[in-house]
Amino acid sequence: MRAGVKAATAAALVGVLAATGCGGGGAGDNSEVEVFSWWTGGGEEAGLNALIEKFEEDNSGIEFVNAAVAGGSGTNAQAVLEGRLQSQDPPDSFQGHAGAELQDYIEAGYLQPLDDFYAENGLGEAYPEELVDQISYEGSVYSVPVNVHRSNVLWFNPAVLEEAGIDEPPETVDDFIDDLKAIEEETDAIPLSIGAQWTVDHLLESVLLGELGVDAYNALWEPGADWSTPEVETALEKFDAILAHSQEESASEDWQEAAKRVVDGEAAFNIMGDWAAGYFVNDLEMTEGEDFGWAPSPGTDGVYMWLSDSFTLPEGAPNQEAAQKWLELVSSQEGQDIFNPLKGSIPARTDGDPEKYADSAYLTEAMEQWKSDDLAGSFWHGVTVNNAWKTDIDTAVGLYLQDDDLAALQDALTTAAQE
Amino acid sequence: MSTKKEVAVRRVRTWLPGLLLVSPSIVLIAVFVYGMIGWNFQLAMSDKHKPIHDGEFVGFANFVALWSEARWLNAVGNAVIFTAVFVGGALVMGWLLGLLLDKGVRGEAALRTIYLAPMAISFIATGLVWRWLMNPAPIERATGLNALFANLGLDFLVNDWWTSPDFGMVAMALPAVWQLSGYIMALFLAGFRGISDDLREAARVDGCSEWQVYTKVVIPQLRPVVLSAVIILGHMSLKVFDLIIAVAGKQIITDVPAIFMFDMVFEVRDPAKGATIAAYMLMAVAAVVIPYLIWTIRKERSEGR
Repeated sequence: MRAGVKAATAAALVGVLAATGCGGGGAGDNSEVEVFSWWTGGGEEAGLNALIEKFEEDNSGIEFVNAAVAGGSGTNAQAVLEGRLQSQDPPDSFQGHAGAELQDYIEAGYLQPLDDFYAENGLGEAYPEELVDQISYEGSVYSVPVNVHRSNVLWFNPAVLEEAGIDEPPETVDDFIDDLKAIEEETDAIPLSIGAQWTVDHLLESVLLGELGVDAYNALWEPGADWSTPEVETALEKFDAILAHSQEESASEDWQEAAKRVVDGEAAFNIMGDWAAGYFVNDLEMTEGEDFGWAPSPGTDGVYMWLSDSFTLPEGAPNQEAAQKWLELVSSQEGQDIFNPLKGSIPARTDGDPEKYADSAYLTEAMEQWKSDDLAGSFWHGVTVNNAWKTDIDTAVGLYLQDDDLAALQDALTTAAQE
Repeated sequence: MSTKKEVAVRRVRTWLPGLLLVSPSIVLIAVFVYGMIGWNFQLAMSDKHKPIHDGEFVGFANFVALWSEARWLNAVGNAVIFTAVFVGGALVMGWLLGLLLDKGVRGEAALRTIYLAPMAISFIATGLVWRWLMNPAPIERATGLNALFANLGLDFLVNDWWTSPDFGMVAMALPAVWQLSGYIMALFLAGFRGISDDLREAARVDGCSEWQVYTKVVIPQLRPVVLSAVIILGHMSLKVFDLIIAVAGKQIITDVPAIFMFDMVFEVRDPAKGATIAAYMLMAVAAVVIPYLIWTIRKERSEGR
């Protein structure tokens, strides 16, 4: 508590100082490093605290200022950050989803390219080549990924599947629709539990990937991509057919409530990112393989749809050298192996120590697949699209949920891709 | 006899301290209210669609473009339904409660406090409770009000509340009605009490029934109360944000202009579009408030104040 107050006071002081005198940036003496994130709860906070401890141990002369702002998936934090960046009062490093979500910051000139940093620290080899490729903007990288989550995971309740006479999780989107029908007919369970609008966006990316395949999916996010094709139309029809098997009250539930239905036996399937594994095991005290099983979402075996938290080096950061020390820690094997077991994600580097993750069968499997699978970026979690495009898709999906007009959905998606 | 100079000094003495006293607030309001409103309109009439753009003047292009967006039409429609149900509902409920208390119920003071209490709660807290009460789950999984209806055998009342594509905003207005009815009741009660008993007695002597006393004598004199209530409710309603975020989060089905604006400013980072929506919201509120101000000023003049 004392420490918290102290940190808050320090953060406030830094803010005031920066606002009054040091607006130009680069004026700090590297005796501290202010790191901005939205990791304020659960395993994320535990992971961040462990990293801070390690950082202060290695860099005794640098005080760590934790400028975390609470609020789900960073919405509040991003609003605060935007204000600070515009008033030229950047923190020394801030958290952001790796990929196109950072594009606005890059275009605005808020971020420094980190190509030299990558070269010095051998990160080009430590990360999968496709990852570095997919987070590059006009040939340069601007952020350092710490962790990787997987978006395309199908969670299921083995007992419910058994009751419906389903032996294996579905491998294709068509099998999936058949299974949903079987569960509807054979059991009282909800075939597919979903939550509020954003979880439907999340479902959409898995269905698109599963139906179109990894190359066609990745091509959807290239400039000038055509969304008006018959292939996309078929994928959307299947998306519609899948949604028809979800629960009526989905709009009133967030992802936790929807995912919990699977382990409670109220629902057969749920498609959600792999943070659900940590939620099932740590919060709900369920057993992997028994209370819940998992598989790549239908049609996406061998493809890892990823999202990643990363840290940046803002233009005009007051304590650049100290910030580099922070980036070195979070990009190192050691740092990533401290953070990720606590957060319930896997390291973005391919050389993580499997023993650190041995407690979780899910994470162990995911680490293997991260090395061998093809990579596709998640649109909803900011890898393939910037915020404007993402919001356009979200709006189109929301209107479709309200009006049930599939043709209008495809039109809106097509327009969104052209803007 | 005082000289000219003395008169001038005395005049200055009368108005100068007053002016000095209010001048800080005049300056602050000029800059931070009207200055900012002006800046907002300037932004809305520019093409600053990214924070890094300079923003050339484009006239009313943004104002026009908004009307071709499905999301904007949806949000405006939702706000209109919400406003109609909220203002109408709170007026009727407030009037009814005021009427009952005015008839001299026992324990009036306690009841008045109870009805006013929701006013002290924030929309966020109200929203969280009503999110549970209005859980849209069907009978087999019902909780909240749906479970109550199902247990009472009133299955036909079980419904999908705010998640209904057609009537969602009607349900969304219920928590707002609940919260503000007590306040409107207090306004009406004060209004009722302000009408002298002599008038009512006179009406009764002339053979009016109690109902007629209310409809013909009391209510016509309550027009100022109704007007103030409509203004207060109306401007709250057009700006509603927190209640909807607490009940439904950011979803198109309950989207309103304020949420749309928040998205544009903080998610999409499109200053011009955000400012345009803000400008429309301000104009909508002004359309409600300005006639009221004109009416009050005229009335005060005619009463010679």
